[in-house]
Amino acid sequence: MHSLAALTPLGGPLPKTEKIGTLTISEITNCALASVTLRRGKDQAFAVAAETLFATALPAPGVWQQAGVYGLIWMGPDQWFIEAPFASHEDIAQILKAGLGDSASVTEQTDGWVRFDVQGARVVDLLERLCPAPSRRMQTGAATRTLLEHMGCLVICRETAQHFSLLAPRSYAKSLAHALTAAARSIG
Amino acid sequence: MIINHPLLGPRDSQEFTYLGDASLIERPDWQAADAVDQFYDYLYLRDNPAGLHRELWYHEQGDRSWLVVTRNTLTHDITSVELARDVAKAKGRST
Repeated sequence: MHSLAALTPLGGPLPKTEKIGTLTISEITNCALASVTLRRGKDQAFAVAAETLFATALPAPGVWQQAGVYGLIWMGPDQWFIEAPFASHEDIAQILKAGLGDSASVTEQTDGWVRFDVQGARVVDLLERLCPAPSRRMQTGAATRTLLEHMGCLVICRETAQHFSLLAPRSYAKSLAHALTAAARSIG
Repeated sequence: MIINHPLLGPRDSQEFTYLGDASLIERPDWQAADAVDQFYDYLYLRDNPAGLHRELWYHEQGDRSWLVVTRNTLTHDITSVELARDVAKAKGRST
């Protein structure tokens, strides 16, 4: 048997947290992630299966919502990202596929992305330096895919003007961490 | 420049990439008897209007949808933005 050490996207054995001024930037690794895409012509079967699985309808454009253990995030027309605690849902793709059957295509995404959570009263000041999305107007429940310092990112508002999650492709981890910490230092 | 995305509202143009004339949606039937002539027109012949122009934009750094944007080439004023798949469906092109 191999005995391989799991590394975080930033390359350390444990996720990093950095405090800069009043802002906290944390690498988050306790989340499993999968994408769910509606298959053509399966709208009705998909709506029923999704409602059974999540006990709610999937969110509208630009919106995410928590449904039990699942975070449901709108990604694009007929596509959603589903997040859940890694400890209980490491095999999230299989769990979702079992629930949705052939009405949707499910793809494992967990290790494809790096997630940073930025918290603090000046989080909007930070995002406005990096990102064209209107972070000051984003309320709890808003989620949108946009650019952040030229990197394609998913911006999720967990709490209005206080707490945002930023997801970027995993290979951008160090670049995104650099952009976030540099911007945080410029705010002071 | 701001593009008013039909699903997401006003978005900065740096999130988008440009493809070209919206007539690229109208790909000819390759089995038609005059397919060669049709593809010649499809590939090479374009209007170059000074005024309203329908064109394809891709929301690459966003929700990855294709849009049909009507833009005035003289003023850059955008008068209409539709999802390309809605345009195609309205023509019976896709189900």
